[in-house]
Amino acid sequence: MQQYPLAPRDATRTDAPNRITAILADVAVLLGVLTLLYVTARVGSGAFVSFVPPVDVPEVSLDPANLPYYAARSTLRMFIALVASLIFSFIYGYIAAKSARAERVLIPLLDILQSVPVLGFLSITVTGFIALFPGSLLGLELASIFAIFTGQVWNMTFSFYQSLKAIPRELDEAVTLYRLPRTQRFFQLEVPASTIGMLWNAMMSFGGGWFFVSASEAISVLNQEYTLPGLGSYVAVAIAAEDLQALGLAILTMAIVIILVDQLFWRPLVAWADKFKLERSSSADAPQSWVLNIIRASRLPRMLSAAFAPLTDAISTTLARIFPARPPRPPRTNQATTDWVFNGGLILVILVLSWYATTFIAREINLAEVVQVILMGVVTMLRVFALLIMSTVIWVPIGVAIGFNPRLSQLAQPIVLFLASFPANFLFPFVTLFFIATGFSFNIGSMFLMALGAQWYILFNSIAGAMSVPSDLREMTRSMGVRGWQLWRQLIIPAIFGSWVTGGITATGGAWNASIVAEIVSWGDTTLTAFGLGEYIAVATEIGDWPRIVLGVGMMCVFVVAMNRIMWKPLYDLAERRFKLA
Amino acid sequence: MTMQTADVLIMAQDVSKAFPLPEGNGTFTVLERINLSVCTDEVIALLGRSGSGKSTLLRILAGLIPPTSGTVTSSGKPVVGANPDVAMVFQSFALLPWATVQENVELGLKAQGVPRAERAARALKAIDMVGLDGFESAYPRELSGGMQQRVGFARAFVMEPKVLFMDEPFSALDVLTAENLRGEIDMLWQEDSFPADSILIVTHNIEEAVLLADRVIILGANPGHIRGEVKIDLPRPRERETERFKQLVDYIYTAMTNPQVEVVSPARRGTTGKLNPFPPLPMVRAGNMSGLLELIVERGGKEDLPYLGQLTNMSTDELLPIIDAAVLLGFATVEQGDIQVTEVGRAFAEADIEQSKALFRQQVLAHVPLIVTIQQKLQEKSNRAVRADLFLDMLEEYYPEEAALHQFETAVDWGRYAELFEYDATERRLTRDS
Repeated sequence: MQQYPLAPRDATRTDAPNRITAILADVAVLLGVLTLLYVTARVGSGAFVSFVPPVDVPEVSLDPANLPYYAARSTLRMFIALVASLIFSFIYGYIAAKSARAERVLIPLLDILQSVPVLGFLSITVTGFIALFPGSLLGLELASIFAIFTGQVWNMTFSFYQSLKAIPRELDEAVTLYRLPRTQRFFQLEVPASTIGMLWNAMMSFGGGWFFVSASEAISVLNQEYTLPGLGSYVAVAIAAEDLQALGLAILTMAIVIILVDQLFWRPLVAWADKFKLERSSSADAPQSWVLNIIRASRLPRMLSAAFAPLTDAISTTLARIFPARPPRPPRTNQATTDWVFNGGLILVILVLSWYATTFIAREINLAEVVQVILMGVVTMLRVFALLIMSTVIWVPIGVAIGFNPRLSQLAQPIVLFLASFPANFLFPFVTLFFIATGFSFNIGSMFLMALGAQWYILFNSIAGAMSVPSDLREMTRSMGVRGWQLWRQLIIPAIFGSWVTGGITATGGAWNASIVAEIVSWGDTTLTAFGLGEYIAVATEIGDWPRIVLGVGMMCVFVVAMNRIMWKPLYDLAERRFKLA
Repeated sequence: MTMQTADVLIMAQDVSKAFPLPEGNGTFTVLERINLSVCTDEVIALLGRSGSGKSTLLRILAGLIPPTSGTVTSSGKPVVGANPDVAMVFQSFALLPWATVQENVELGLKAQGVPRAERAARALKAIDMVGLDGFESAYPRELSGGMQQRVGFARAFVMEPKVLFMDEPFSALDVLTAENLRGEIDMLWQEDSFPADSILIVTHNIEEAVLLADRVIILGANPGHIRGEVKIDLPRPRERETERFKQLVDYIYTAMTNPQVEVVSPARRGTTGKLNPFPPLPMVRAGNMSGLLELIVERGGKEDLPYLGQLTNMSTDELLPIIDAAVLLGFATVEQGDIQVTEVGRAFAEADIEQSKALFRQQVLAHVPLIVTIQQKLQEKSNRAVRADLFLDMLEEYYPEEAALHQFETAVDWGRYAELFEYDATERRLTRDS
């Protein structure tokens, strides 16, 4: 017939590696799995100790020998939250994508949930979870996990929903025509098609999650000090004890943990997920991971999957029987009336909830204070704007310079990703000390604290934006002698505008959240406060003043949603319409 | 293969399909009263231009889309949901990129709950049949386009369907690969062991239809309807060079470029709803039209259509709309498979840019109601500006949203070329050229 130029990859790969490599790989995989199981069991048991505040609370000691244990506790929380986020994303995204009616509620709701300041809710969730598990630390654990979960789940859900919506039509038709049962459709088409998007979003969210885990481990709620053994509470104790050395060690530990998780967990996943790309051609530089290479060299995974094949087959057949292929949808009848009822009901629910919240707040708070809180919101918003401008002016030129240099950007990207996931609140004490020493106004200074974490999103996206500028365009401007401000105005700014907007949305969202911990900081017995909505929420949370918590958090939601709608949405549309590099 | 009175496998009776127009403006009819049957041992080609609803018809017969009215039966039973008698080969191959060749081929078998060992055996046999032996564990992205489509065929073959559906299966491949694969499928069809009883292929390639089919069913557009069928009475394998082959291709070409010509059996054209004051414009850039006319004028002002396709290296789907547009504007006429440039057309092609724009303006205002309407609205306005939405709303009374947008874009392109008006895409506003 004809000559086939390509040899199948597996034919050249499977039998080649020699025996010793395979045995070594087997041993490595086995040891790795056993270690993981042991550490998880050992660390996880710490979550079930007794907890009866205020007499019986876990101690956090500053002995550096405890650091690995604390780090493991924090990391375990992160992973439990990640699994919870994954499950939630699948369910919520699936329903939103499959039901047109649910979609109309779930997607705008997701937009709002995304804007809610997670830390403002800690007080509510902590009291709730503690009440659920009286006498056990589990309640506090779950509250912390819940805080991480709410910080990372929304964009994963969005990603899954969008992937489901973007499945190529003919793939969908092929699967329909061959009448795949719903479970097979889910695992063979829908999950694989969404894997890469989900993975990148999970990775970014996980990075942001370190901030929430450390902020949620040591909080004072309702006049109670709650500490949960972990890296975050270690830092909190170090701050109270004014122990700079312990602080330094905690930062070092945090850095090591982030790098380990990246190397042992995310890299292998990214390299493995490369096969889920929807593009038809193969790319030249597929991501690599040494861990994945070891797992692939080992024969254990293949042996296990072969051994379990009958079992998985049986499960698959059973599931197929329970969830057969979706019967065809009946032709759409006129739904105008039912839609009207549905929309009306929705508006009613919103009105009732708003009314309930308003009366709850009005019982204790007068109008003057509400005006005061609005003013605080404006002040915090000004800080957010200022830090956005500041980060843009500083980081965009640097990001563009890095992005235009391929060697430099390869080097810089993982570093910036690392910086973005490093919890900024670990660095707060150093900046605080500087403010205390110099007497610098904290009303301005708190803005720098908020920028500490947020700025990296601007840098990261500037690099990505600059990298995506086609080299043709850059060569063209060079040959036409375009340089300086003209180059920025006509090429660089339009070309990276979309990336900047993406970075800006993330950065400002993060900054609002950070304001709750950045507008009030302490070192030992000294406490610095700044006038703003974040400080208002933090204080209300600490003393357990419910009406003020509801007012503060609600106000922040309004500000964030308004900022997204009034400023970012039009900018985003503009970027899509005018400045898209096809 | 023989054309005796064979069993009917799939039958469509009075099938119509309409999609709702935006904002409750009624419906847009894509297919109207289609009657069609697929019998055993025959290859049917559905031939039509874009907009004739041929892919929609295929999907209705496959049970992927429900018809608005009419019935589809398969093996005597009404089709509800995916038609179990059908397997389909897709234009874009539709392979799961994360599954190996074998896993892709096993997809339908797994859905039926066929045990692992049997699944593998049947899949390997199908893979062997399409000449991909040894590639079972490769991933689609490691294969060339032609080999990927072979996997698509294997996946359909393994189901042993009663009717094999093909939706433009060769149009995403380069010319040589398509030729090669088409030949192989034709060879397989002539053997007794072909894994399906019949084939239904959708195509816009006239030669492909004549090469493969026993019956070519020609669809007309706006709304899609069956204009008639042409029986291909050539022995297999078919030779392109024979007189009869050329004759059939020429005949179909003429039929497709002249919507008013009747194809063998008279075609019914029902009108639905309001009369459309804006007859559809072919989606063609003014510059392409002028380029093609120049080419024909250079070659003496008259050219054979199939040859023109080869000369410009354009598919029928790309070439025919340009010719339609030229005919619409009075620049050319089409007769018996030839295109003839008119006097105005010749002047338009040969004049300098200012003159040719003036000629274009004159013809557009004489033949395109939509542009005349735009022109009038602009003259009524003292500020010489009108929002695009006004015209889009007007068009959406007769076209679905996307089609309305295409109509508008074409009108804007032509109007700009004619220097009648300007369009600001950011403000979405039309302004009069001063």
